[in-house]
Amino acid sequence: MADLTTNFAGGIRCPNPFWLASGPPANNGEQVMRAFDAGWGGAVWKTIGEPIVNVSSRYSSVDWNGQRMMGLNNIELISDRPIETNLREIAEVKKRYPKNAVVASLMVESKREVWHDIVKRAEDAGADGLELNFGCPHGMSERGMGSAVGQVPEYASMITEWVKEVARTPVLVKLTPNITDIRAVARAAKRGGADGLSAINTINSITGVDLDTFTPRPYVGGQSAHGGYCGPAVKPIALHLVQQIASDAEVGLPISGIGGVSGWREAAEFMLLGCGTVQVCTAVMHYGFRIVEDMIDGLSNWMDEKGFRTIQDFRGLSLPKVTEWKHLDLNYKIVAKIDRDKCIGCDLCYIACWDGAHQCIHIDGHAVPEAVVAASRARLTVTPIAKLDSVQPGNGGTPPLRIPRVDEVECVGCNLCWLVCPVESCITMEQVDTGRPRQSWEQRTTVA
Amino acid sequence: MSASTLPVAGNLEKFPDLHPALDSQSALAEATRCLFCFDAPCTAACPTHIDVPRFIKKIATGNLRGSALTILDANILGLSCSRACPVDVLCEGSCVMHRHNQKPIEIARLQRHAMDWWHGKHQQPQPYAGDSVAGRVACIGGGPASLACAAELRRHGISVTIFDNRPLPGGLNTYGIAEYKLRPSDSLREVEMVRAMGVEFRQAEVGAGISLEEIQQEYSLIFLGLGLGAMERLGIPGEDASGVIDALRFIERYKTSHDFKVGRCVAVIGGGNTAIDAANAARRLGAEEVHLFYRRTEREMPAFSFEYGHSIIEGVQFHWLSQPVEILAESGAAWGVRFAQTRLSDPDGTGRPRVDLTDSLFDFACDTVIPALGQARFSELLKARGIDLKTVDRRTGQTAHPKYYAGGDCVNGGREVVDAVADGKRAALAMIAKLKGAN
Repeated sequence: MADLTTNFAGGIRCPNPFWLASGPPANNGEQVMRAFDAGWGGAVWKTIGEPIVNVSSRYSSVDWNGQRMMGLNNIELISDRPIETNLREIAEVKKRYPKNAVVASLMVESKREVWHDIVKRAEDAGADGLELNFGCPHGMSERGMGSAVGQVPEYASMITEWVKEVARTPVLVKLTPNITDIRAVARAAKRGGADGLSAINTINSITGVDLDTFTPRPYVGGQSAHGGYCGPAVKPIALHLVQQIASDAEVGLPISGIGGVSGWREAAEFMLLGCGTVQVCTAVMHYGFRIVEDMIDGLSNWMDEKGFRTIQDFRGLSLPKVTEWKHLDLNYKIVAKIDRDKCIGCDLCYIACWDGAHQCIHIDGHAVPEAVVAASRARLTVTPIAKLDSVQPGNGGTPPLRIPRVDEVECVGCNLCWLVCPVESCITMEQVDTGRPRQSWEQRTTVA
Repeated sequence: MSASTLPVAGNLEKFPDLHPALDSQSALAEATRCLFCFDAPCTAACPTHIDVPRFIKKIATGNLRGSALTILDANILGLSCSRACPVDVLCEGSCVMHRHNQKPIEIARLQRHAMDWWHGKHQQPQPYAGDSVAGRVACIGGGPASLACAAELRRHGISVTIFDNRPLPGGLNTYGIAEYKLRPSDSLREVEMVRAMGVEFRQAEVGAGISLEEIQQEYSLIFLGLGLGAMERLGIPGEDASGVIDALRFIERYKTSHDFKVGRCVAVIGGGNTAIDAANAARRLGAEEVHLFYRRTEREMPAFSFEYGHSIIEGVQFHWLSQPVEILAESGAAWGVRFAQTRLSDPDGTGRPRVDLTDSLFDFACDTVIPALGQARFSELLKARGIDLKTVDRRTGQTAHPKYYAGGDCVNGGREVVDAVADGKRAALAMIAKLKGAN
């Protein structure tokens, strides 16, 4: 049975690695306690600082093919509640839930004594760790905080140092993705003495423009402002940035992964790329705290199946498999195979290969896609009269002429046909022996 | 037909839609399910080759005007087809989703969604060029084939007149399709759209109000969209008794008469889709018992299986291997039908088993008898011109006479609205080519 208990960044202990990210779901004590009841291992409190005033509305989203909130954008600022209220509730939560992790997210103006003060008060309230919000990309950054700090390595390093001068609990630095090379700030945090990193914060975004009012969303009295993008859409970006800092020899810090984690699968992916915990916000905003049940259950079952007892057993396992392009094997070759029994005849692979790839999938009898269409349009079709014309409605097999053929000599193995095929395991990419030994671009150019 | 027998809404409440409309969110969800197949089988299966994935994706992007025009470009009667087409054997029957273990895309309801938007907004197709091609065309008959033919001709700037002998154009779309599929008002919306494209409509009985010679002199080319004549007669004693009404007249009568009544017990004779339509309508109009008699069996019945299934739900009772030999009447009023039991033997020329009568007779008492034996082709007028509607070129609609083209039921023997539209469109394209070649 998998053991999910976690000790993160040298002292933040929790029953599982699933934390609420700093955001609306972790806004107050009542929410956080209900989240712990639902099974969440920890919570990073909604960022505490001098109370702000928010606008209405605050969120906007990107829907995709009928699915709501593929990506979410917000222009909400840090906590709008007094510092004392937040700290009092943290104390209450820790008293009632001593085994769950409460991490205080902090953001105050860039003065040494102000940071010293908030750090001491948060720790006195009972926080198990601190997360320095150097990532918030909207609103706060205009006031010299959030990503305004996280985009300048010297500032990030300096403030981390101030915090470490007084902190007794682990200090995490939350990184912004809105920067050319995230490793620069990760290294600065390390120099400042950080015990861990949280990545990524939200990505600068405008989710869309209303085509009737011509105003981008979210709409605030006839205007809008850029926000921070998160949710399933950002996972690939987050995974890449996590890998960048996890693989960097100069960083070497524990990472709490954030960005599009909606279930155990994404959590496992972040962990395979080096994360010790993951943080979730959008998926909870969409479906509620209850989603953690399957995160725990699914990850445990997967770990059991793979023979991993603890998260440590597989954490970072995929990092060695990410390399630079120049080290990839030029002599590895795969080609597409179409399972004729599974093909439903949508011919999406055919048109994708012709218009979007390398013209190596064919419909026999026609030279180009336009000829296929022209032949169909020229066909004289009449309504079959079922029993007179002995034609039955089409539940039979796929007409052989609609099943495309792959030219395996020409196929470059790009994967596109497999990606567009709607039928599971109808198209498979299979390795062919090129008869040539492994050789990378670097090797080839060195030899030459 | 007199001007007083226009379609009335009298019985509409008895005929709710077979398939209710999609609301816009359901339409969006359904449109999103479409895979957007390349060279889509649904498009190939449609006799008018509507680009189905294209119009569905336009619904998904909220481009309803573009969606409607995609449909209308291929099929000017997109509204009636969306309601009357047997899509199980056409577009939806060929949907690849069948092989993907999913329900086929609801193409008909999506098409209706776009068409309802179009007609609801009183949209008109793009203005067309005036009479830019010399030559005029007369379409005889005002049904789907002629409407499609005329619309296509107008798009190419050709002057067209439709001659129809009924008070309202639209043919069987207006007068002959069961209410739960298509209402006369929808057919008339399509007629008005065609009229707005610049097509002239004249009510005249060709051969009576105006002679074919006159038309032949006045117009460069003539399209025959005559439909089928009256239904074939039973050819048995007592057929002219009161209480006997053929299925097409029956459907037309209940659509057009305020006080139309059906008897308590009804016998329908025939096994085609029109027989089923008439039987269902008789049930909805209040007949307590509706019995359908067919001389072969369920297996050979030409009606679509979903039509048959629908009829069973309506409560129609089926009797196989029964052929009428006499209408039983007293004082000129039918009171029943005498049937002979039949026996099936080896297939005849049509591939179906031959029907032989046995000596076994039985009488069935009823108030109304509805023969539905298929329709006769309307051809007497044309024999003199050497035109045989059985030998029309299906790709062009060209008849043996160079001035005459033909399409729809009078050529294909009675298929669907969509087949008539396809015929009309193909004939129009051939006529356009001929007129342009002549200029």
